[in-house]
Amino acid sequence: MFPLAAAVDFSLGAELAIAFALGLGFGFSLERAGLAGARKLTAVFYLYDMAVVKVMFTAIVTAMTGLALFSALGLLSLSEIYIEPTNVAAQLVGGLLFGAGFVFGGYCPGTSIAAMATGRKDGMMFALGVLCGVYAYAELTPALDAWYKAAVQGEITLPSLSGVGMAAWTLAFIAFLAAAAWGMRHIEARFAAWRPRQS
Amino acid sequence: MSDHIPGAPRALWNPYAAGFLLGLVLLTSFLVTGRGLGASGAFASAATWIAGVLSPEHVAANAVHAKYWNEGAPLASFLVFLAAGLFAGALGSGWQARRLGWRIERGPQVTDAQRLALAFAGGLVVAFGAKIARGCTSGQALSGGAMLNVGSLVFMLAVFAGAYALAYVARKEWL
Repeated sequence: MFPLAAAVDFSLGAELAIAFALGLGFGFSLERAGLAGARKLTAVFYLYDMAVVKVMFTAIVTAMTGLALFSALGLLSLSEIYIEPTNVAAQLVGGLLFGAGFVFGGYCPGTSIAAMATGRKDGMMFALGVLCGVYAYAELTPALDAWYKAAVQGEITLPSLSGVGMAAWTLAFIAFLAAAAWGMRHIEARFAAWRPRQS
Repeated sequence: MSDHIPGAPRALWNPYAAGFLLGLVLLTSFLVTGRGLGASGAFASAATWIAGVLSPEHVAANAVHAKYWNEGAPLASFLVFLAAGLFAGALGSGWQARRLGWRIERGPQVTDAQRLALAFAGGLVVAFGAKIARGCTSGQALSGGAMLNVGSLVFMLAVFAGAYALAYVARKEWL
């Protein structure tokens, strides 16, 4: 029966309303965790506050667990879920660039929207930079899109690559999260001296 | 017991609790729409909308813009409304917790102007990274990660590798 979109043909209005509602939860979660601010976001790179990793990793494992459960119960067809086809070189080079921009810019595209909403002027400048960047990409380097398609490896997931199912991978990720949570407590204590005095 | 000062910002949520809620939102997106969350796509739609205001013929001739043209209504797209909701959700949360306010986030060793310039430059680089990798921390890392998409996991590791490699160079901006 899930995903609903495979069975029900949503009208444009319904689709946009669903998008807005999901966005509300997205923005609320980010702001609650403090991820609307660049200092909290970049703290992860100086190891005194690992909130970014905790939030992201927990969100991924939570959604993964739900997907595995719904799929195991026969309620969800995983093959109907859209995933971006893999192009390892593109994800590697793009990811390295993205990380470089992240540590200097202080945000990623989603968190910069939350930063704008809460009054951070640096978040506005970052978002303006992203807007100019995607515009420049379209104008200057449209050939990169063609290269991505030509060099793409296709839809590859860890279950399809390994032959080990989603449920087993999910259990492994839960164990990994538990170990990481323990490890991050020690890392934060070790680098606590780098934490800014106020705020 | 409460040591809360009236008018002061409320405490942040435990990051694991916020992550759990975000995970439920992401799961809902998968179950209802068949796809995850995304943020960089909204910027691409906005850029195409601007290009279309300037010259619709140019949009039709450019393969990247054409992808986001959406038959003349680039802003009436799923990812743009998701971004609008993200804005409203963060605004509501910040308002309720008394965390709204005009400010610039930076360390004590840089000026406001330097920080704003670095934020803009960082945004430019992040945009190119997201375009090349086909997604950002939302579309690739979160959504693809939950689906165990190999490209998304590679992206996530590369983002942290790139950022940690330059963290020492960037330290004066933050510490």
